[in-house]
Amino acid sequence: MSKVPADLKYTNTHEWLRELPDGTIEIGITDHAQHALGDLVFVEVPEVGRRLSAGGSYAVVESVKAASDVYSPIAGEVTAVNSQLASAPELINQDPYGAGWIARIRPAAAATGLLAAAEYEKLLREEEPD
Amino acid sequence: MAFIPHTAADIEEMLAAIGVASIEQLFEEIPPALRTRNLPAVPSALNEMQIGRLMMQRALADGQPLSFLGAGAYEHHIPAAVWAITTRGEFYSAYTPYQAEASQGTLQTIYEFQTMIASLTGMQAANASLYDGASAFAEAVLMAVRLNRKSESLRVLVPRTVHPHYRLAARSITANQEIRLEELDYARESGRTSREALERYAGEDIAALAIQQPNFFGVLEDVDALSTWAQSRSIPIIAIVNPVSLALLKPPGEWGGGADIVVGEGQPLGVPLSSGGPYFGFLATRMQHVRQMPGRVVGRTLDLAGRPGFTLTLQAREQHIRRGRATSNICTNQGLLVTAATIYMSLMGPQGLERVASASHERARELIAAITQVPGVRAAFTSPFFHEAVVRLDRPVAPLLAALAERDILGGLDLTGSYPELGNALLTCATETKTSADIERFASELRAVLSSAT
Repeated sequence: MSKVPADLKYTNTHEWLRELPDGTIEIGITDHAQHALGDLVFVEVPEVGRRLSAGGSYAVVESVKAASDVYSPIAGEVTAVNSQLASAPELINQDPYGAGWIARIRPAAAATGLLAAAEYEKLLREEEPD
Repeated sequence: MAFIPHTAADIEEMLAAIGVASIEQLFEEIPPALRTRNLPAVPSALNEMQIGRLMMQRALADGQPLSFLGAGAYEHHIPAAVWAITTRGEFYSAYTPYQAEASQGTLQTIYEFQTMIASLTGMQAANASLYDGASAFAEAVLMAVRLNRKSESLRVLVPRTVHPHYRLAARSITANQEIRLEELDYARESGRTSREALERYAGEDIAALAIQQPNFFGVLEDVDALSTWAQSRSIPIIAIVNPVSLALLKPPGEWGGGADIVVGEGQPLGVPLSSGGPYFGFLATRMQHVRQMPGRVVGRTLDLAGRPGFTLTLQAREQHIRRGRATSNICTNQGLLVTAATIYMSLMGPQGLERVASASHERARELIAAITQVPGVRAAFTSPFFHEAVVRLDRPVAPLLAALAERDILGGLDLTGSYPELGNALLTCATETKTSADIERFASELRAVLSSAT
């Protein structure tokens, strides 16, 4: 069973959100998502300053098998990106909720439709039979 | 001998397996109005002897005129070994030879090709080729727009000195993505992209700048100044080059701070003119842009036992994996022509290619000097050129070319349609295949035609 930290919020497309003390939101992909993708070889991160729409694609994660879009769970402006991913995309595999964060966003509006950890775990139980 | 592998029994078996009674029933959902049952314009079948004779007659009807036609496709000497090796069964017959377990030789050839193209262009990576120079340019426009993530604009600056067919092909391929190709005019005296035309875009949001070197007129552009203008504004540069010229000229990787994408027509590297095709396009780029590069890419790797080997790489963004979100819908390459080009480059080596380029330049200078001695002919531009140049005539070009053709000479390309502002302009070319005697013959026939009644 994938790890699902209790203090984060989630989306049903396998992204997570963490509220930071300065009011910005850190986002990334979940342990379940990184496991499904396999070993990542490249991560394309957005430009700082780019405005994201909720549900819009803002990054691409590429494994040896596939390149997949990553969707922003919230509308807002990118204030920082994880530049370490350029040389070490495997950080997302190794530590998806920590060193593998992708971007930080200053939200433009309150997010809607997010899942609490328990709800996301329920979703995963439906997707992961064991 | 039947070349269609399915027997009637095979077809029956397949129809039975899918539960359809006949071929007719299989296609019955296609409305009758859309079905062409008869093809009256298609003649009945010929056997090999008949078709061979017909093709021979047509080839003879074309003749073998003395050609001074360039304009994007160039006649170069092709050593006999190039196609003797290329048409060996191991290279010639393998379709889609990309399975790493079975095709190490072909994959290595493509890898060597990519390495040679990267080296010629001064780039770090090249793909396994595209369809031709024009479609390679269109792919480069799409790629430049993708990689310029700072720009919100879909405007790409394309000088009018870029080959008119390349501009048309790029427009066709990019129009539905709302990309706008904005044309930059050229200076009438020099035949170079006008600095004033460029300055009009200072301060505007531009996605990319294209530069062709030598340009369509054969003229050498001031590539450093153009590149620096773009780079100081973080605008990516698409270079369009003749690969043979790169044996003499500065590679695009060294234009100003270096071009971002380099494309061109590969035909001059060992591919015959062959009435216009098939040819191949090439595309090279910097390592930092490699994931936006379209097409097939062969990489060198290690197998399980640690031995070096070759395999397709960077496939995750191609359409067989990423479907509608793929980097491009290019899904193949011109494998056979790339094989010929790789063998051509291997046989010539850097020094050989440099000699081809130098000899072509010398011949073109000799040509222009000879024909501008003819009354009624003068050079159109003052700038240095590589192996073709524009001359202006004192009368319409088309009838003159027709008169020369009757004397078995192709004098060049009439520019009146694409560049009416130049008046009676002719683009004419000489490569290493032209001798001094050929050039004298062209000049004297031109003199004869021009001095006869008009």
